[in-house]
Formats: sequence, C-alpha cells, structure tokens
Amino acid sequence: MSSASADTGQLAERGPAGDGQPLIEARHIVKRFGSNTANDDVSIAIMPGEIHALLGENGAGKSTLVKILYGSLQPNAGELIWKGQAVEIASPAEARELGIGMVFQHFSLFEALTVTENIALALPNCKATPELAATIARVSQNYGLPLDPAAHIVDLSVGERQRVEIVRCLLQNPSLIIMDEPTSVLTPQEADQLFVTLRRLASEGCAILYISHRLEEVRVLCHRATIMRRARVVAEADPTVETVGTLAQLMVGTEIEHVERKRGTRRGPEAILISNLSLESQEAFGISLKNINLSVRIGEIVAVAGVAGNGQKELFDALSGETLCPREDMLIFDGEAVGMLEINDRRLGGAAFVPEERLGHGAVPALKLSENVVLTRHGTGEGITRRGFTRFGLAGEVVEAVTTLFDVRKGVDDPEARSLSGGNLQKFVVGREVQRHPRILIVAQPTWGVDAGAAAVIRQSLINLARKGAAIIVISQDLDEIFEIADRIAVISRGQLSPAEDADTLTPEKIGLLMAGGAEKKGAAA
Amino acid sequence: MLEAFILTVITAATPLMLAALGELVVERSGVLNLGVEGMMVMGAVAGFAVTISTGSPWLGVLAGAAAGLLTSLLFAVVTLTLVANQVASGLALTMFGLGLSGLIGESFVGQPGIKLQPANIPGLTDLPVVGRILFGQDALVYLSFVMIVVVSLFLFRSRAGLILRAVGDNHSSAHALGYSVIKVRYLAVMFGGAMAGLGGAYLSVAYTPLWVENMTAGRGWIALALVVFASWTPLRIFFGAYLFGAVTVLQFHAQALGIGFPSQFLSMLPYVATVVVLVAISGNRRATLFNTPACLGQSFVPDR
Repeated sequence: MSSASADTGQLAERGPAGDGQPLIEARHIVKRFGSNTANDDVSIAIMPGEIHALLGENGAGKSTLVKILYGSLQPNAGELIWKGQAVEIASPAEARELGIGMVFQHFSLFEALTVTENIALALPNCKATPELAATIARVSQNYGLPLDPAAHIVDLSVGERQRVEIVRCLLQNPSLIIMDEPTSVLTPQEADQLFVTLRRLASEGCAILYISHRLEEVRVLCHRATIMRRARVVAEADPTVETVGTLAQLMVGTEIEHVERKRGTRRGPEAILISNLSLESQEAFGISLKNINLSVRIGEIVAVAGVAGNGQKELFDALSGETLCPREDMLIFDGEAVGMLEINDRRLGGAAFVPEERLGHGAVPALKLSENVVLTRHGTGEGITRRGFTRFGLAGEVVEAVTTLFDVRKGVDDPEARSLSGGNLQKFVVGREVQRHPRILIVAQPTWGVDAGAAAVIRQSLINLARKGAAIIVISQDLDEIFEIADRIAVISRGQLSPAEDADTLTPEKIGLLMAGGAEKKGAAA
Repeated sequence: MLEAFILTVITAATPLMLAALGELVVERSGVLNLGVEGMMVMGAVAGFAVTISTGSPWLGVLAGAAAGLLTSLLFAVVTLTLVANQVASGLALTMFGLGLSGLIGESFVGQPGIKLQPANIPGLTDLPVVGRILFGQDALVYLSFVMIVVVSLFLFRSRAGLILRAVGDNHSSAHALGYSVIKVRYLAVMFGGAMAGLGGAYLSVAYTPLWVENMTAGRGWIALALVVFASWTPLRIFFGAYLFGAVTVLQFHAQALGIGFPSQFLSMLPYVATVVVLVAISGNRRATLFNTPACLGQSFVPDR
C-alpha cells in the first residue's frame, strides 16, 4: 500500500462516510479471461453516502471490477458483501433488485425508443404507461435534469442522453450508483451541473462509485479514491489531500514523462489556410460547417476544441479530402488550392491525416501493419508502390521504424492491426504519418482512450514534428491535452469555429463558454 | 366477376400475410431469416401429409405450423447458438427445406387432399356480394387478420414486445440491462417459423388441397420483401399482402383475358415495389431509424 492509505478519522470529518458498515464490499476478487488476469485479488469497500473514485489507466481492470459489482460478469474467486450479507450477483437484474444502479460510459440506450420506453425496460415488470412518464418528468425536474418523456433518444443530445441514464437509475431507488466516465462527453458547465446532482444524491445517503481518469474532477468531487494498476488495487487515497501529480503517479506507477513544450516562437510561413469554408452536411444527423476560417503557420499547433458532435468529423473530412469542398480555394495547403483534390493528391502535396477512429477508419483491423502502411502511403511518392507493384519490404521497414520511434509493443513482427491494444495501435497510426515528416498534419483525437504513458509519447511527437517544421491541426475534446500541446486554440460549436486565440490567454472556463455555443457572438464581435 | 376476383386475392394474400407477420417479428428482434421459403414449403408438405393420413385438415394445419417451427429451430441453433452468418444460413435453410419437402412429399404427389372447409353461417354467408367475402372464408383467413392485431398489440403495447424491440435495436444494451438476447431471439425465430409453416399449410390444405414439389413457388421471397415493403410495421403488412396478392392474381386474369401484357412483368412487380419503398424510406433516415431494427442480421456474442 502506498503512503496515501485512507485515514478513517479524517474521512469522518469530510463526508458522511465514517467507520460504520460498508454498503458494499468486494473481497479478494479474481477474474480471468483466458490467460489474461483482469482482476487479481481486488478488494474495495464503499460506505453509504460516499462518492468513491475508482482510478486507473485503461486496462487496469476498473471496468471488469465494475461489471462484477453490477452482475454482468461473474468472478472466478472472491466474495461480495452487501450491507453485511454475503451475496451473489448473478445478473444486472439482481444487482438492480439489491439497489445497485449503473450509468454506462457508452450509453446503453435504445435509439429508436422513447425516453419512457427506455426507462421502463430497466424497471422490473414496468410498462411504458402515462403514469411512468409523469413520474419521469417529476423526478427529472426534482434533480435538475429536465427531460421530455415522450422524446425519442435519437433526437437527444449527448448530455440529455446521460440524463436519461441517470433518471433511469434514480427511479430504481438505488443505494449505490456506479458511474463510468460520466463527464467524458460533457461540457465543463454540464459537468458542473452533474456534480451538483451527485453531491445532492450523496447527501441523501446514496453512495456513488465514480470511475474517471480526470484527476482534477476526482479531487473536487470525491471523498475517497481506490487506485488500480495492472489488475490490482495499489492504493487507497484521500483525493482532497493528494495533488493531481501524486494521483497520476499512483495510477501509472512511475513518474509520467512530462511533455516538454517550448513555445513555438519561430514561426514559419502560413501552411494551412481555411477560408470561408461552408459545407452542407449530407447526412440526416450531420453538422453543416458554417463559414470556417483558420490559418496555421509552419511550426505551430492549433487545437480545435469542442464537445463531440459539433462538426469535428465534418471538419476533419473536409480537411482530409474525404468530403470535397464546394470550391477549391476554400482550403489552401502551402499556397496551393486543394479544396477539390482527393485525399491522395493532398498527401502527395505533403499533408498527412490521422482520423479519430483508429480501428476501422485509421487502420483496417484484419490487415497486417505493413499492409496498413501501404494503405496511406502508396501514393506519397516514397516508392512504396512502383509500376503498379507493392514493395512490402519497404513497408515492413516503415513498420520497424515506427515501432522503434514510438515504442509500439507487439507480439510478432508484423501483426494484424486488431491484435494491438488500443494505445499501441494509436501510437502506430499516429507514428505512421509522423514518420513521413509531413509539412501539414491534421489529427483527430490523437490520444482518445489511450493510457497516460502512450499519450505522452504521442503528444511529444506532435510537438517535435511541429518544431521541426510542420503545421498541425489537432481536433480534440480533451482540454488537458489541448492546453498541453497547443499554441493556439479555436473552439468548434454547431459547425462554427471561433477565432483561434493564444493558448496562454485562454482558460478552461472561457473555452467551456465557447463550447456551449458562444461561438456565434464571439465570432461576430471579433 | 369482382367478387370472384376479390375471393382469389384473399386466397393469394393470406399465406403471404401469415409468413410476413412471422418474419416481421423475427426481424424486429434483430434476426434476418432468409429461410422463409424453406419453412413455408416444409409447412406445406407436413400439412398435406398429416391431413390425408389423419383425415383432419385441422391436424394438418397444426402439423404445418409445427414443421415450420422445427425447421426454424435448425436455423436458430446454427445462427444464435453457433453464431453462424445469418444470410448464408437462411439461404441454406431455403434450399434444405425445398429438398427435404420434395423427398417427404414424393409419395403424395397426385393424391387428392382434403380441403379445409370455409365458414358457412346461415343467413350471413348467403348475403349478396359481401356474403362470401366477409363470412365465407376459412379459419386461417380470419386468423391472419387476428394476428395483425395480436402482433401490433404485442409489439407496441406489451412489455415483452418492448423487450423484443429493444433487443433488435441494440443487443449490447439489452444484454447490459440483463435481458437474454439469445432467448428472446430463439422465441422470435420459432414464432416466425410457426407462422411461415402456417402460411405453407394454407397452400396445401386450404388453397389447393394437393401437393406438388416447390408448391410455395417463391411466396417465401415475396413475404420477405413484404416485411421491408411494410417497413417493419404490422398494419402495412396487411396492405402490402393484399397489394402483392392482387398483383399475383392479375397475372392469371391478364392471361385469361388475353391482354398482351407480359406476365413476367407482373411477377416482377412485388420486388420492384420493394426496391422503390427501400429507396423512399432510406431518404428519410429518421423515419427509418424508428422502425428498422438497427441490429438486423448482426450476430450477438455476450462477453462472458
């Protein structure tokens, strides 16, 4: 155990969690998937009325533990104690019966059904009646989470969908609510609203198990933290007395390599110029881009911040050439109008692109890494294809170079893309483009769902690339990341882009306001 | 003339309606069973065989439903338990059904069957024009209408129907909430099989009481097209079945009347109509989302 072991006396002062009897206790839980042990002798105790953080990197075993508590997985060994009684939780239905509710990270909602129908499905023997609709409206009002019970999920925003999940939980009168990364999809303001609701629930005696890797948030909200690393519990800590740095260290085990950033003072010529880019979305639920202007010089990184679904995908597609611009001069790379060029012609001009979804978009799951190299680099004039034939030897050399440069961990020399873990594959798809030394790089969500170590490697590589002479646009929802690497920041909201401002003059609060839709006013004023 | 036309349309539409209603429930649960033709033809041969062996068309109808159900179980085991590809398995089921029914039915070819007698209500059935249309049908015709109502109420008013739609919309979420995706789908596939079997038995017991090989003659495929045509709503199955039924009947009438209209064109019409509907609904993604089961055709493997 680490130095940060919980001191119960101190805890009693801070929150309702005292000595008493734990609400739920997991003792010596072991869970194996084949040869892989996801939970190795894990124990955790949660007090009534306590907001308890579960921290850990991706793959540390948090999700497995939570699934065991919620009955969707059965442990190989160990026991669960609910209010002092040993219990077996064989299914989520049994968990709900005991009083355990869960708000999922990837929402478990049914898009084609209404709010009422979605909630009825989670309640025992409950039909979607008008009485239920009335109850939903009342409870959601009460907790400051207003909802229209008759709305279909398809039509709701991400924040509203989360409200549906929370209200669904609340209607089961739970004594424990498990929340899996609840703020990853919210604006800072929406997150604050959520914290108010959670604190109120805790004050009413409901325990909350809060899974997150946003440490700042955990420090503000939680009474206690359990930290997992490599399938084991490595520490219990009091998040209010720890710093973000010490918590991160407990999570990762070693000091995280700090990303080093010298302000890009020496800026080169303008390499990317987006002028008056407007693009009508072709999809029913897509976002139309409206009059976007941005200029990026060699040597700098400009980040595009924003909540998911505000036009990031459309912007990336327009920049990469997956969607062509209506006029060629809307997009200028290195002085050349490329708005109506195909993706490969843009690559030939020295640009490179890393899409958000690594598996399925950035890489073909069933193809080997070398074959995936060929896919983005066959037409870049490096000689990977010659006279219509592919030189896989050369592609293999690229794989080796990327592997060494980015410390991609793989079992065999040239594995299929899908066999790599998320973080390693992400390092590979970013590395594949960075290793080319492009003059222009457009990258979306470079460290989405990647652990802190891999994230640091990727971020550092982007900074180094920029300083060596590249113009980079990073489209990201992660504010920590943005502040870590960006020289200037613009915010995208409902398809409009705010003017890019110097990162030093911006605060998360200001960006939050822009995210919530201030872009129009801001744009008009500027 | 009109009365005769309507009467033949009813007999043409009923098997389509029964089979399509079953397949609608199957597809709403997220399973695409392309084996409707195979299940129907198994129902037809079993219905005919049991009818002439026992002398009771009623037992024959029951046997038809049972045969369809058993055939669908084969599909369920292969696709749900063994997680095989649904499209390939469905196609295989059709070929399997056509082959096996031919084998079973070999000795019955050319034998006269016993017809399921239509209702005869003194006074009502004898009414002019509407009498035979409304009150002189056999039980399966009435059943097909009852089933439209039953399936509608089940899907949109009952908790079980809500669960079934949820499984078809997002099987991972349904699993996460603790519903047994596989169990729901087994039940749906079995219901679909029984309904297809009923549709087949209607052909060999009520429509033309005899057995010929491949006697379903593509009706299973029309039923499949019908489900898409109806955009997965029971009420539209009714309209679609009668429309497609009328088109089929027109083929014969056009020939009999000597209208120089190629009958191939008419037999093509149901499929053309389906393509038109598909194009029309895919233009409106929001409407599609509400009715098209999002998980249609996708296999489900729980992470356990």
